[in-house]
Amino acid sequence: MVPIKIKNNQRIQEKDIPVMPYDEFLEINTGLTADTYFHCVQYFAVQHPGNLKLYCCIADDTTEHILVSACEVSITNGHEYPSFTARNLAFHAFEREIHENTGMRYADHPWLKPLRYPENRKDKTLTMKNYPFYKVESEELHEVGVGPIHAGIIEPGHFRFICNGEQILHLEIQLGYQHRGVEQLFLKPSTPLQRSVLAEGIAGDTVIGHTTAWANLWESLCGFTPGDDIRHARTLAQELERVAIHTGDLSGICTDIAYQLGSSVFGRLRTPVINTFQKWCGNRLSKSLIRPGANQFPVIPEFVKALDDLFTEYERDFYEMYDRLSKLPSALARLERTGTLTTAQAERIGAVGMVARASGMLRDIRWTHPYLNYGRIPHQPIVKYHGDVYSRTQLRRQEIGQSIRYIKAMAQQVPPTSQPVVLETPEANAFALSLTEGWRGEICHCAITDATGRLAVYKIKDPSLHNWLGLALAVRNNDISDFPICNKSFNLSYCGHDL
Amino acid sequence: MKININAGSVFSDLKILVHNGKQYIPDVTTAEVPGIYRGRPIIKPAIPANPAEEQQLAELCPTGAIATGPLRIDLGKCVFCGECQRKCPHRISFTKDYKIYATSREGLIIKEGDDKPMKIDPQQVRKEIRKYFGNSLKLRQVSAAGDNSCEWELNASGNVNFDIGRFGIEFVASPRHANGVVITGPVSKNMAEALQICYDAIPDPKIIILDGTDAISGGIFAGSAALDRSFIESHPIDLYLAGNPAHPLTIINGIVNLTRGK
Repeated sequence: MVPIKIKNNQRIQEKDIPVMPYDEFLEINTGLTADTYFHCVQYFAVQHPGNLKLYCCIADDTTEHILVSACEVSITNGHEYPSFTARNLAFHAFEREIHENTGMRYADHPWLKPLRYPENRKDKTLTMKNYPFYKVESEELHEVGVGPIHAGIIEPGHFRFICNGEQILHLEIQLGYQHRGVEQLFLKPSTPLQRSVLAEGIAGDTVIGHTTAWANLWESLCGFTPGDDIRHARTLAQELERVAIHTGDLSGICTDIAYQLGSSVFGRLRTPVINTFQKWCGNRLSKSLIRPGANQFPVIPEFVKALDDLFTEYERDFYEMYDRLSKLPSALARLERTGTLTTAQAERIGAVGMVARASGMLRDIRWTHPYLNYGRIPHQPIVKYHGDVYSRTQLRRQEIGQSIRYIKAMAQQVPPTSQPVVLETPEANAFALSLTEGWRGEICHCAITDATGRLAVYKIKDPSLHNWLGLALAVRNNDISDFPICNKSFNLSYCGHDL
Repeated sequence: MKININAGSVFSDLKILVHNGKQYIPDVTTAEVPGIYRGRPIIKPAIPANPAEEQQLAELCPTGAIATGPLRIDLGKCVFCGECQRKCPHRISFTKDYKIYATSREGLIIKEGDDKPMKIDPQQVRKEIRKYFGNSLKLRQVSAAGDNSCEWELNASGNVNFDIGRFGIEFVASPRHANGVVITGPVSKNMAEALQICYDAIPDPKIIILDGTDAISGGIFAGSAALDRSFIESHPIDLYLAGNPAHPLTIINGIVNLTRGK
């Protein structure tokens, strides 16, 4: 049997997904991902009475296809299944989630650490409080626990370090504090507006990335093809969000190396970018901009003018500040060779997005599985090879430049505005998958409808799901005082992970 | 004579400073926000009364913030999506007034015909707040399942543009150094205990500020089984900052209005 091939945002009938015996399912999917041009974008379980149906979605970076296969397994007999993770570490988070949510047992999973302690987890005796952290018995080593509440104004998560003096030997990351039951809330009877607001709350710093994935997916389920103006506005918004957050991150990186001038200038440069979102849609984080079936806030000439004014001033001050930073030995000493994630490590853990590209991996959904107008933009991903904090800093600078070029070109060609459409109800028994490349990286939303066209399954994946392990590996052998700068350079989402 | 090699770098730093100019907002109490920001709404009465239309608005609202008879919007539930204004611009219009805060839940409800700035009533403020915190206020922030948008805007309120520090208001690392807690997010079960521990560690007298719709009412997450809002329900709240997320100018004006009466 072979998996069914679909394109990004394509709708199919759920019954058309080939169902295989577990051994074959395992062989095919781990066999495909042995090649670095294939990676898993989503792997999840749906619970039915007495058994589970597993769905595995592998992206083929060479053909724009996503290969979807399924498998039915019984979990009532206590049977232990061989894990995907034992063959390919990149599956670790997916299998930990399946185990945590359903109780599926694995014979050889290397580490079934709870992923996020969701409300509907199978084993409620496992709690955040009684979790046994990895320990090393030695009188020379000590542990440092940080969080869930951190020193600054950021989201909660717990970091447990094992250190030898100032040096980090091991970091274990405990997440789940941010769990709000988002996937369950998607299934509640709701209006598309309610679900759009919910999608905006998945990660409030990635509103465009997640809401675009939701809107594209919902439109696909409803059989609606968005017009030129909708595609144009969403593509433009996606790149503007990238500019805004990357700029803020550069400010954060400067803050964490105590470089006040860079921190202030990049911080203030972010303000006019997010204010441009406010001019566009009334919200600095672009909430309310994207709605299925509608182009609520058309790109009007005044907005094009606002973009033009923004970048004229922004580019001058941005490049002046960045050039100063990149010639400052005391700053470079903190950034270079700090927090290195090697290409081999990044490939092994299945890193995505900006983190992957800073470690020498060509992974970018805009390039491999184009959506919206990305097929029309001659997009070439920017790749850095050292995998250190400085690579992730340089990557941000270059991606900002690239996004501004795309936005300027798009602002020249604004399609006429279409009228909002009331969408049909979604097709019954359908399956659809939507990938976007948010500023952090690959976002995947996946849905299955029931016999009446209602949402039966809604799965969300933030790029952080893959990349948190990358941070844990990158800080090894670094001084613990460099943890903040490492963490900032990854800038992963807690709420996007915990859902 | 050798030229000081640092002179060049100092010069380029100065150049950057000159090019960036003055970035701070001189008066954060009167500054106008750019664009089509949706702040305090105004609800116009319908003549003749139109209960059917009001019912439609109530059903449209994604978070049940709109109630009827008379038509009113609860800014503690509102996500400021603007759909009601889009549907009935003749009834509801959002102004650019960012001073949307109150000391009580009821204070956040805008009724038909209301068009007054939302000011904090000094009678509603505990005496020790203005006595002790009027000139200096240290706050500990707790993100309790916040989506990182309110956290973002809290950080922004301290940047060079908004500069909340000018009022002696500062976010500190330890609850032991704090005079109060600013909560963002709907409060997940998994954060409930950490929030309580943090609050208990703050010395008396102390204040609680809820920042953003998610913290005030749960927002779009209200009713999720993964939340535990018992902390919010069982503690006195001193200030509610409305918004999704609350704008830095809402945050600054709200806190200053609470602690200084300005």
